[in-house]
Amino acid sequence: MAIDASGVKKVAKLARLSIDDDAVEVTAATISSILELVDSMQAVDTQGVEPLAHPLDAIQRLRPDQVTEENQREQLQGCAPAVEEGLFLVPRVIE
Amino acid sequence: MQWETVIGLEIHVQLATKTKIFSGASTAFGAAPNTQACAVDLGLPGILPVVNEEAINMAIKFGLGIDAEINRVNVFERKNYFYPDLPKGYQTTQLEKPIVGAGHVDITLADGSTKSIRIHHAHLEEDAGKSLHEGSFNGEHGMSGIDLNRAGTPLIEIVTEPDIRNAEEAVAFAKKLHSIVTTLGICDGDMSQGSMRFDVNVSVRPKGQKEFGTRTETKNLNSFKFMEAAIFKEVERQIDLIEDGGTVIQETRLYNGDTGEARSMRSKEEANDYRYFPCPDLLPVIIDDSRLEKLKAEMPEMPDAKKARFIADFGLSDYDADILSADQGTANYFEATVRASDDAKLSANWIMGELSRSLNQNSIAISASPVTAEMLGGLIKRIKDNTISGKIAKEVFEALWQGECNTADAVIEKKGLKQVTDTGAIEAMIDDVLANNARQVENYRAAEEDKRGKMIGFFVGQCMKASKGKANPGLVNQILKQKLDG
Repeated sequence: MAIDASGVKKVAKLARLSIDDDAVEVTAATISSILELVDSMQAVDTQGVEPLAHPLDAIQRLRPDQVTEENQREQLQGCAPAVEEGLFLVPRVIE
Repeated sequence: MQWETVIGLEIHVQLATKTKIFSGASTAFGAAPNTQACAVDLGLPGILPVVNEEAINMAIKFGLGIDAEINRVNVFERKNYFYPDLPKGYQTTQLEKPIVGAGHVDITLADGSTKSIRIHHAHLEEDAGKSLHEGSFNGEHGMSGIDLNRAGTPLIEIVTEPDIRNAEEAVAFAKKLHSIVTTLGICDGDMSQGSMRFDVNVSVRPKGQKEFGTRTETKNLNSFKFMEAAIFKEVERQIDLIEDGGTVIQETRLYNGDTGEARSMRSKEEANDYRYFPCPDLLPVIIDDSRLEKLKAEMPEMPDAKKARFIADFGLSDYDADILSADQGTANYFEATVRASDDAKLSANWIMGELSRSLNQNSIAISASPVTAEMLGGLIKRIKDNTISGKIAKEVFEALWQGECNTADAVIEKKGLKQVTDTGAIEAMIDDVLANNARQVENYRAAEEDKRGKMIGFFVGQCMKASKGKANPGLVNQILKQKLDG
């Protein structure tokens, strides 16, 4: 399996990555070589093998339902570029 | 042409946990913006989510409540998309292995028939924050405000099979689901605060056709009324469109409940491509036998079982039992009233009549009613033992509602409302009424037997008026009849 220039642009857009036009071709080639590796792995017979959800052979520890995080708005908004009335401000979003 | 509507629902239910699904920040409603959003909810670098045990328990209880299989191995996945109220750039949710498998919810329709709606699955996920577009910041700079208090609130998303055929069934299903989650205590059920939100998938097809038509999805309906109206509108739009030679396109639509208008959401340039993958920050959550057994033992009586018991034990009609078992608050109030009054039918009538009218008018939940079940039970006792008539009882109820006294007996005593059951006094009063209405008495006596029943109502009315409603209506009727006929 290979990816072409339009595929690279689409994936870049979904991931909000900016790729210069003259880098698109070489990126397509690089990603395609990774996909080739995936192709050769696809050839392995995995019949009867449970899909692996996590590489660690451990299970999730659960947390009791108790409030441990009190209001930290002042510290957390210290690094926000724009704040008003306690809200984070972002360029206007229209759905 | 005859058309058939096909509806499937997706319902987001906010779980009533104290804290977020992956962080220890509070989920209490109404806090100042961003005061309940911690580093995990903000998606800051270096954070690590830890699953809230109670969210897992509540989702399992939902599964047990709809006879569903519980998946023992749970994997959380990342659903990737960019939006300012989703600071991590992905929503942590479940895809391949949802916690709740296939189940069913049975509904009762207006004509008394029942129908089973299949649940495809229900999965756990986190809610996003809120974007606000109205405010001083939205001036010349054109900014939106982001409040992340809701980000990370645990949700279960319940997905039905396309088994629903019209708006009535959709509403009956939604109400039943509301009843199930509030009975389980896993959701506060407060629709006005967005605790339950409905996405409605609607398509139409010629009656008899097997294949489904193209469907549209109307998102985020937060009341039963809006959902019903949105379905009517969308079904009509699709049929009109097809009959005019057009075709329905698959799209997401918005319905504005306040204006009753629906419109297409600006179609996205990129088709949804969420690039799901298992969340590397979370290990699989394993549900073992001991947890399952413990939760099974904690299960409350579900609405269907409660309804059956109300019919069997209290002799209620199917309709009454349905209403009184629908939510835990009403059911508890009803049972407490029956205990206090020892009369199920009168308790049912008063709760569904006078009480619910007063509660609705004042937008008060039954659990916060100023007239408690004990007070109402005491009132009903006095109707039963003929201390007061049904009419006077309404006056007593009003006084209790206004907080004038704490018991019906105190109101009756204070206002002197005790019913007159002294036959002599009633006879004297009736004699007065008959003497003052000689012409009507003549007419009555001249009338045919079958007309008299109706005519006697006039005299009863006059007598009740004369006694200011305090005369026992049964006695008045009986004595009047003797005097008029005799």
